[in-house]
Amino acid sequence: MSTLEIKDLKVQVKTEDGPKEILKGVTLTIKDGETHAIMGPNGSGKSTLAYSIAGHPRYEVTGGTVTLDGEDVLEMSVDERARAGLFLAMQYPVEVPGVSVANFLRTAKTAIDGEAPKLRTWVKDVNGVMERMNLDASFSQRSVNEGFSGGEKKRHEIAQLDLLDPKVAILDETDSGLDIDALKVVSEGVNRFREREGKGVLLITHYTRILRYIKPDYVHVFVDGQVADEGGPELADELEANGYEKYLGTKV
Amino acid sequence: MTAVAEALEAADQGHVESHLNPPASYDLADHPVPNGREEVWRFTPLKRLRGILDGDASSDHLTWETTLPAGVTLTEITAEQAVEIGELAPNERPAALAAANSGGAMLLDVPADTVVEEPVVIRLKGSSVDDLVWGRLLYRVGAHAEVTIVLLHTGSARYSAIQSFLVGDGAKVNVLSLQDWDDDAVHLGRDAIRVGRDASVKHTSISFGGDLVRMHANVEYAGPGGEAELLGLYFADEGQHLEHRLFADHNAPKTKSHVVYKGALQGRGAHTVWIGNVLIRKVAEGIETYEENRNLVLTDGCQADSVPNLEIETGEIAGAGHASATARFDDEQLFYLRSRGVSEKEAQRLVVHGFFNDLIRKVGIPSIEEKLLETVEAELAKNVLKELT
Repeated sequence: MSTLEIKDLKVQVKTEDGPKEILKGVTLTIKDGETHAIMGPNGSGKSTLAYSIAGHPRYEVTGGTVTLDGEDVLEMSVDERARAGLFLAMQYPVEVPGVSVANFLRTAKTAIDGEAPKLRTWVKDVNGVMERMNLDASFSQRSVNEGFSGGEKKRHEIAQLDLLDPKVAILDETDSGLDIDALKVVSEGVNRFREREGKGVLLITHYTRILRYIKPDYVHVFVDGQVADEGGPELADELEANGYEKYLGTKV
Repeated sequence: MTAVAEALEAADQGHVESHLNPPASYDLADHPVPNGREEVWRFTPLKRLRGILDGDASSDHLTWETTLPAGVTLTEITAEQAVEIGELAPNERPAALAAANSGGAMLLDVPADTVVEEPVVIRLKGSSVDDLVWGRLLYRVGAHAEVTIVLLHTGSARYSAIQSFLVGDGAKVNVLSLQDWDDDAVHLGRDAIRVGRDASVKHTSISFGGDLVRMHANVEYAGPGGEAELLGLYFADEGQHLEHRLFADHNAPKTKSHVVYKGALQGRGAHTVWIGNVLIRKVAEGIETYEENRNLVLTDGCQADSVPNLEIETGEIAGAGHASATARFDDEQLFYLRSRGVSEKEAQRLVVHGFFNDLIRKVGIPSIEEKLLETVEAELAKNVLKELT
């Protein structure tokens, strides 16, 4: 049982011309077992929503609330949010030179669980996930994200999702830059996560392509820092046919 | 005449004025006592050299303990023999003083075609900073020989040394010099390497201890096709001055130099200096050079100076580049790790370890790599990350 509740969230960033409001009151509830897709044009604030929930220091929350199972997420530090059960698969995962994937995964798993994973089962788990994500055995010895192809970075993000097993996953444009084979592997990974008991997914995307593989329960159209429209999966089909012009037009 | 035209004319005459690297000479008159304003001395606190710059001959010694695998010999030679063998002449005062005052030299010989499996280890230990020690060492590696040489400096002394590595054609040499001195030691070191035709040399300088450490690593080439990889790692604590000066003199075509130095600083008055000089002479067509220095500033009150220089006299090269960065923790790296539940301190620890691991695994001497990781761990435990230990 887990619910991520976002109410009237307002977020600004610092710019050279002073603070700029990016999110202008976002309200969204993700209950367990639900997959929500957020779709919108570039610059609409989709990624800002993802990073604000994860607690990136660049984004300043000026209003509203975010709670996970009633707990105030905005009061938590970045790592506390992750330990509380939030996971952000990033659009641009960061390189950490000299830190091996194996060391990184074990350190993260230990932090999330509060104890080191049992060595025998852990190695098996990691190898299993790597295989399912189509990452070869030597991958664990490489430095985190360093020299990874775009596809490897995204598959590594989903491998983490599988191993760290959060309550709610936010996927920020995980589909961008993937060829069709990688997109399938990544989508299968996300779907395996969704099959687990009580998991919520917030899928942020610019394209409808990934929604053929990951079926959302709800679709929200994001324009200019707000939810401009909401509906079921059929809304994605409409967006695929007509694009965002309708929403951009009404904005003016 | 423009400066470029002058330089080109000088190059035509086979003579290059590299203002950053004074001409080599055994004559002390060519290396006057610096006043601290000279380009090559301006970063160094001269007072803390504790009299080395006008030091006299001395009978003080470091204690030597060596591991010499079969096939390798170590002998005492005269100053004249050192010059005959082809010692690379001093290009600054401390090295010239070491040559003048050491009263002889030690020669490590690796015969041609000898592949030495185990590392040669030379442990040099000083007993007191009151001792003024002059060192003069030559390493002669014959053609197509392969050897790893590890030099460990511990204890304390005021030590000024001139070292020459004469690497034969096609040889493969891996040198590591570790400065793990006590807190009060002063070490001025000049390592110069002549890389034979198609030879490859890796030279790693690692400085942890000492009050003031100033190391040169110079490379020149005896023929085309030589490759040099110059690595460095340093960790400056409160009040320490650690200076590393590199000079890659591309005096032959199709040669390569690749420099990577990484350092961390913590504590008030921790000061590091990295000077990376590359000279590409007119004859040096088709060469490739890259130099990189990265400094991680862990606390307030530190200073990291980092100056890459490139002098180019021919444009007919395969590649030349440099990078220098001095920064605190990368917020994006910390965010990424923390977004996976890792605490801020643990994330910092991972990033610092990674920063050094990246370099340590390039050293290529397994027995030393483990020790280096431990030392980095101990350094970190001293200050920034002490809550974790």
